[in-house]
Amino acid sequence: MEYHMETEVCVIGAGHAGCEAALACARLGIKTVIFTMNVDSIAMMPCNPHIGGSSKGHLVREIDALGGEMGKNIDKTFIQSKMLNVSKGPAVHSLRTQADKAEYSKQMRLVLENQDNLEIRQAEVTEILTDPDKRTVRGVKIHTGMIYDCKTVIICTGTYLNARCLCGEAITETGPGGMQRSTYLKEALEGLGISLRRFKTGTPARMDGRSLDYSKMQIQHGDPVVEPFSFSTDPKDVQIEQVPCYLTYTNEKTHEIIRENIDRSPIYAGIIEGTGPRYCPSIEDKVVKFAEKTRHQVFIEPEGRSTFEMYVDGMSSSMPDDVQQRMYRTVPGLEHCRIVRNAYAIEYDCINANDLKLTLETRAVRGLFCAGQFNGSSGYEEAAAQGLMAGINAAMQILGREPLVIERSEGYIGVLIDDLVTKDNREPYRMMTSRAEYRLLLRQDNADLRLRGYGYRVGLISKEQYDYVCYKEEAIEKEIDRLKSVVLGGSAPVQEYLAAHGSTPLKTATSLAELLCRPEVSYDLLAGIDPDRPELEPAVTRQVEINIKYEGYIDRQKKQVAQFEKLEHKRIPADIDYEAVPSLRIEARQKLIAFRPSSIGQASRLSGVTPADIAVLLVYMEKYGERAADK
Amino acid sequence: MALPIENREQDTICAVATAMSEAGIGIIRISGPRAFEIGNRLYRNHKKEQTLLTMQPNTIRFGYLVEPDRPQEIVDEVMISLMKGPHSYTTEDTVEINSHGGLYLLNRILDCVLRCGARLAQPGEFTKRAFLGGRLDLAEAEAVMDLISSQNEFARKNSISQLEGSVSAKIREMREAVLYELAFIESALDDPENYDMEGYPERLRVKLGSVLAEMEELLSRSEEGRILREGIRTVIVGKPNAGKSSLLNDLSGTERAIVTEVPGTTRDTLEESVRVNGVLLHLIDTAGIRETEDTVEKIGIERARRSAQEADLLLYLIDTSSPLSQEDTGIAELVREAVAEGKRAIVLLNKSDLEPKVTRQEAEALFACGCKESAEESAGCDNLVRDSMVQSSAQEIGKPEAGKLHFLSISVKNREGMEELRAEIGRLFHAGELLQSSELYLTNLRHREALLRAKNALELVIGSIDEGMSEDFYSIDLMNSYAALGEIIGEQVDDDLVEEIFSKFCLGK
Repeated sequence: MEYHMETEVCVIGAGHAGCEAALACARLGIKTVIFTMNVDSIAMMPCNPHIGGSSKGHLVREIDALGGEMGKNIDKTFIQSKMLNVSKGPAVHSLRTQADKAEYSKQMRLVLENQDNLEIRQAEVTEILTDPDKRTVRGVKIHTGMIYDCKTVIICTGTYLNARCLCGEAITETGPGGMQRSTYLKEALEGLGISLRRFKTGTPARMDGRSLDYSKMQIQHGDPVVEPFSFSTDPKDVQIEQVPCYLTYTNEKTHEIIRENIDRSPIYAGIIEGTGPRYCPSIEDKVVKFAEKTRHQVFIEPEGRSTFEMYVDGMSSSMPDDVQQRMYRTVPGLEHCRIVRNAYAIEYDCINANDLKLTLETRAVRGLFCAGQFNGSSGYEEAAAQGLMAGINAAMQILGREPLVIERSEGYIGVLIDDLVTKDNREPYRMMTSRAEYRLLLRQDNADLRLRGYGYRVGLISKEQYDYVCYKEEAIEKEIDRLKSVVLGGSAPVQEYLAAHGSTPLKTATSLAELLCRPEVSYDLLAGIDPDRPELEPAVTRQVEINIKYEGYIDRQKKQVAQFEKLEHKRIPADIDYEAVPSLRIEARQKLIAFRPSSIGQASRLSGVTPADIAVLLVYMEKYGERAADK
Repeated sequence: MALPIENREQDTICAVATAMSEAGIGIIRISGPRAFEIGNRLYRNHKKEQTLLTMQPNTIRFGYLVEPDRPQEIVDEVMISLMKGPHSYTTEDTVEINSHGGLYLLNRILDCVLRCGARLAQPGEFTKRAFLGGRLDLAEAEAVMDLISSQNEFARKNSISQLEGSVSAKIREMREAVLYELAFIESALDDPENYDMEGYPERLRVKLGSVLAEMEELLSRSEEGRILREGIRTVIVGKPNAGKSSLLNDLSGTERAIVTEVPGTTRDTLEESVRVNGVLLHLIDTAGIRETEDTVEKIGIERARRSAQEADLLLYLIDTSSPLSQEDTGIAELVREAVAEGKRAIVLLNKSDLEPKVTRQEAEALFACGCKESAEESAGCDNLVRDSMVQSSAQEIGKPEAGKLHFLSISVKNREGMEELRAEIGRLFHAGELLQSSELYLTNLRHREALLRAKNALELVIGSIDEGMSEDFYSIDLMNSYAALGEIIGEQVDDDLVEEIFSKFCLGK
């Protein structure tokens, strides 16, 4: 007999996407149930022990700016933190932390448990219930037969759906880390006309740290002064004692063992069907693809404070256990390693995100949203970002409010989702700096200035937090104006000060802003010749400094954005009949009919649509517009 | 509520595809969905049968063109060919009627086609359809537009060369070079382990330097290309009675064949276009030039100056039969200024048939310091400037350059030295080379503007390298350069660009 429970949102999966999605909905006052195969695996980090890193650090900051949880949670649970690329421009500075995995998971679970409107349920969802026409979501059914009626469902199954793990010839039908996989959803989704595909990813071995010889490796410390991820975390709270990582290298011997046994790799033997990420290659891939390289980096990273397990970053593999044992032991410092968990590849079902709208709702079924690795991405941060956006948009739909779509020119989140939904991705999608066209504007240091307004509009950011950002914006602008207007003459104290700090003396009257443009001059240094300086916090002065130092570049990038937005804001009428557009190439016509892009900008990013097709479309729209205006 | 779209492209269009002239043969082209039907209605084979629709596409057939309403009335004997879309220039069904030539006959056949329901094509409309049909890319389509409006041999040749994609090929090459660097920088950012950036900025500087050199080359040629394509704006200056009108009459009179009158923006200038040695001269006639010799001319220096500003070439006539006057000094100064700006000028010592009152040296001295001393006396005065500016064309070997003065003795009256003058004009603009060369000239204004932007962007990258900025800053300007190059070959979608190009196609409202 059927037993019904009433709720508003059902989130399937409690990984990084599911947690953000569920929290966003519940925080917006919507009754939410989050389902997980195992409550002990909430916010589990089944692969690497980091949060952040190049471009992923940007995502975490943006999640935080919008009111997500990831940044706050890692600030509570990191064990090492480093700002990457500080020798380069501010666009590519990126925060990367080592997480205490168990602690991260535990803390996130606590946040979920303490959240009003949110209920955690350990269960496998077996069916997605819809109206008879299969166009609108009505609820989910779990393995016990219980039915949860709801208005929206957010699928965040990560790598669990029909997963199988491969270690050479040994294949287990499990999810990551030996967790139980889910199986029923595949059929349920296909019944709704949503087709699945198979992706793969991999993870390296975990070793007992006590079996490693760190004296043969380079020690890697965190930054002496740690910057928190979250804009809400007090920097004082993150100045903790950190744990080190270690750097070592593979060598010709390692590569030789891999080459000799390459036919035993499930990928090269053709056992793996899924497509793996090029940007996160296994050690076998690296050895085959970069045959000329004599060594590859290997980072040894702690999995947490309460374990001796160490993660062997850079050597993910699906080689048989015996090959793994031999190859790892060729690496300096790993000669006597004891493997706790072997490396493995994992294959899983995911959707083609081209079937989604930019809100992450499926095109096929109203109220059905998808997020995370299930959408064909890879990485905790990518998952969390999508989870947050899917959660927000599911909530907006229930509340009858405007959806939130971040544009490519506004955030890495915008780039991530637009890429997933619009582009032809044939492998797990990983966020990368190079994917963001306007990265000098999309810095990790200004994520709050870029996105807090949206978070506030949606309701995940408090008035107080928003007011602070408004104040900050104003303070930055005022200080920039001041620095541009304060002009120094070549008085003796000024010249002496500059000389003492290795800067050339002034020849003509020069503004403080002009001085700040000198590479060797920093805002802090200027203090010595800027007596009327107001008291400002570092978060403000940092922005002032960047905006002045890189003004020319920033202006040029803003022009690029203006150009981009022109096409982006050229909306394609929703009812356009592509069959009636003459001269489109067949492939382009099919793509446009399948996608129904909302703007010329989006249309231009579809693979298979050429600039010539766009030109044709623009001309057609011009005529279309005239005719529409004539009527 | 999808609107029913009545597409202009659904029309069938027609036009005379050959020159409207008294030539022996003419072609009328019909393109569009009704082309075959219209052709069939007008065509009869030798047995008077209506058989066009049974004809193999891409073949040609002899027969008769008849009046649409009175098929018994034969208009002309024709060869008719039939091309099935998309295998035609426009990618639409196309019929071409090869008839006898002559304005009357071509017009009559065109009239028959129009009466069958075709519409007269607008300028460039066949090309527009070729573009919309994916037959041409934007750059090629533009080249066709240039071809249609090209005014002379050079322009025609250059248009054809762009059409064959030489612009595209060259620009693509530069664009690939930029893209490679962009990709390298981006890859290195994402995968620092596998990309070594040690010494990269210096390597990049060298690579960009060679791309920049190519761009500069292309841009400087494009200026000459433009002049040749559009014609050389030529202003004749000189004091009254120096022989300006005679010179104009001589230049235009003997080349009367293609003289056209183009009213200027103001009533007091008229242009006469003359072809000299394969290049087109627009003789800009300042008021007064055409006045009769016996009226007192009142060409103010100001007026001459204004004309000179718009000119590509100045012809300065000095009357050697009367002493140099204050007016000559003034005109010489303005010629000197123009030359300093890089314009070309030829000083013509006219009236060599009369007893000379002005020596060559005196004339040259006019330009030395703007003073009226003899060449010897002025030797000490800014010798370098003088040497670089004054050059005798008669002995000159090698390429003449912009920014230099050339002297010629002539007698317009006796037509002495006129051939030398024509040759000199040709030489000054590298006409011979440009005409024969198969090299690329970027003559389209939009292309030049985009190339200039691409070049400026690369210069900003060099600037960033000089300032020691890190590599991630290079991308912004590399991307701008890449995009600007893309605009030239139509691989970068830009709304403005599309609108601009299509305004050329007379896009119907």
